[in-house]
Amino acid sequence: MNVTQISVFVENKTGRLSAVTGALAGAGIDIRAVSISDTTEFGILRMIVNEPDRACEVLRANNFTISVTEVIAAEIDDRPGALNSAIGQLCGANISVEYIYAFLNPLDGKAAVLFKVDDNRLAVKVLTENGVTLLDDSRIRSL
Amino acid sequence: MPERPANRIWNKEIETMPRAKMRELQLERLKYIVDYCINNVEFYNKKLTPLGICGDKIKTLEDIKYIPFTVKTDLRDNYPFGLFAAKRSDIVRIHASSGTTGKPTVVGYTKSDLENWAELIARIVTAGGATSDDIVQICFGYGMFTGALGLHYGLEKIGAAVVPTSSGNTQKQLMFMRDFGTTGIVATPSYAMYLAESARALEFPMSDYRLRIGLLGSEGCTEALRNQIESTWNIFVTDNYGLSEVMGPGVSGDCVYRTGQHINEDHFLVECLDKNTMEPVPEGEPGEIVITTLTKQGIPLLRYRTKDISALHYDACPCGRTSARMEKIKGRTDDMLKIRGVNVFPSQVESVLVGMDQISTHYKLVVRREGYTDTLEVCVELIDGSLLERYGELEKLQKKIKENLRSVLGLDAKITLVSPNTIERFQGKAVRVVDLRNESK
Repeated sequence: MNVTQISVFVENKTGRLSAVTGALAGAGIDIRAVSISDTTEFGILRMIVNEPDRACEVLRANNFTISVTEVIAAEIDDRPGALNSAIGQLCGANISVEYIYAFLNPLDGKAAVLFKVDDNRLAVKVLTENGVTLLDDSRIRSL
Repeated sequence: MPERPANRIWNKEIETMPRAKMRELQLERLKYIVDYCINNVEFYNKKLTPLGICGDKIKTLEDIKYIPFTVKTDLRDNYPFGLFAAKRSDIVRIHASSGTTGKPTVVGYTKSDLENWAELIARIVTAGGATSDDIVQICFGYGMFTGALGLHYGLEKIGAAVVPTSSGNTQKQLMFMRDFGTTGIVATPSYAMYLAESARALEFPMSDYRLRIGLLGSEGCTEALRNQIESTWNIFVTDNYGLSEVMGPGVSGDCVYRTGQHINEDHFLVECLDKNTMEPVPEGEPGEIVITTLTKQGIPLLRYRTKDISALHYDACPCGRTSARMEKIKGRTDDMLKIRGVNVFPSQVESVLVGMDQISTHYKLVVRREGYTDTLEVCVELIDGSLLERYGELEKLQKKIKENLRSVLGLDAKITLVSPNTIERFQGKAVRVVDLRNESK
């Protein structure tokens, strides 16, 4: 029930970010969720795309340093307290959340949130047992 | 581990001559070349005659200390042919250095110089494991540069098949290597590594290549980089040394035991001098290499200051050669950076970086002056994507490089991670230092 996330190393230098997005745009790849965090020298761009395999190929061909990770995508009700309840469930199971970010296109009345945790298997179990709907790669392609 | 080629010696008589006998031969030739210079080069006549120096006055090899040094600017000041000793009609080849600053330095060869040169290269490539069965691709730029043609004639002399691909056009180089079954390459260490990286990126398996040996030179190569080239190509690499002013390649070269580069002492008298006092340093101590050509007719040079830092050894080598040996060039007095009062050679930085899997072998050093303080920035290419999972991993890598550099240099550097293939690649000599201190206030 996991989705494929691609991380890209981006130097903090004019034009480097657009080199990444440009390469993906040129290959007609659709970015469904994106997050970038940075230090003073470099940033890591994380994203979920419609065609992860092809995106990796394109990025590698353009000499970017990348990594591919499995993360969890969960449907969260778009109401106060819903995210807190999901995080609370993970927390209660002693799962540590490394970072989260959200999809660009909201589902009908729901938000789709990405979780990077230290134990994917356990997190999937905890969330599904608590009635949270998880999304996988094929579902994301159809969004 | 690549296989060590068999130990072979091209010229047994000379290369295994007892040292005392070699020193006699050197003394005889030194006396001759001093007179030859005085009689045929105005520059030397003007310099040596007033000092009362001539061949007859030289009684021992140590007497060389009375002869003044020759430096690169002497060649520039006498551009183009002012230091030539041979008649114009006897010069059959002219080479020149790149001349990145000012006029190039020009050197001329007589027929006998070229014959000697081929002989010296024959010795060096044989020492490095090449035989008449080899097909050797020369990836040095052909042209005014001495490297390519120097190796070319020596390899032909031993009967190897030479493929003069010259530099550049990497895809074609690799195609010829696969299709011809090339067994040896002549290249700079950085280009040999670049070729290896490019070969790995292609769809052809490395087993399509028949490479066995690498005869590398024309720029320094740390042991770490050599190991990396050897393991990537699965070849046995030897270094050789020379400079266009005194001949080109052919001054010295590694044997298959790699205990230091054997010097062709019957043609070159090599001194290793303290770079401040210009007095000889003890065996094994680092100093500047100073070379006197003993047989050169076209443009003989007396005590030419190479600015290369090395150390000499005279003990026995398992290969059977009796010649003095030079350590790998540690750096050039020119390359040496003085950062916050600390002497830094790029080769020291390289020895730390090469061999780390997370980064590529390419790097750049940037020196700046901020206020009154010098800063060193080391740019390296991040190639290990698995570190992207956590910032902490990237910071750990930076910290590790920084600490390793501090233990080698005694200096703190700023480590900058950059994307793969963003640091410039060089097909000739690599330029890895950018010193901006004169440009900032």
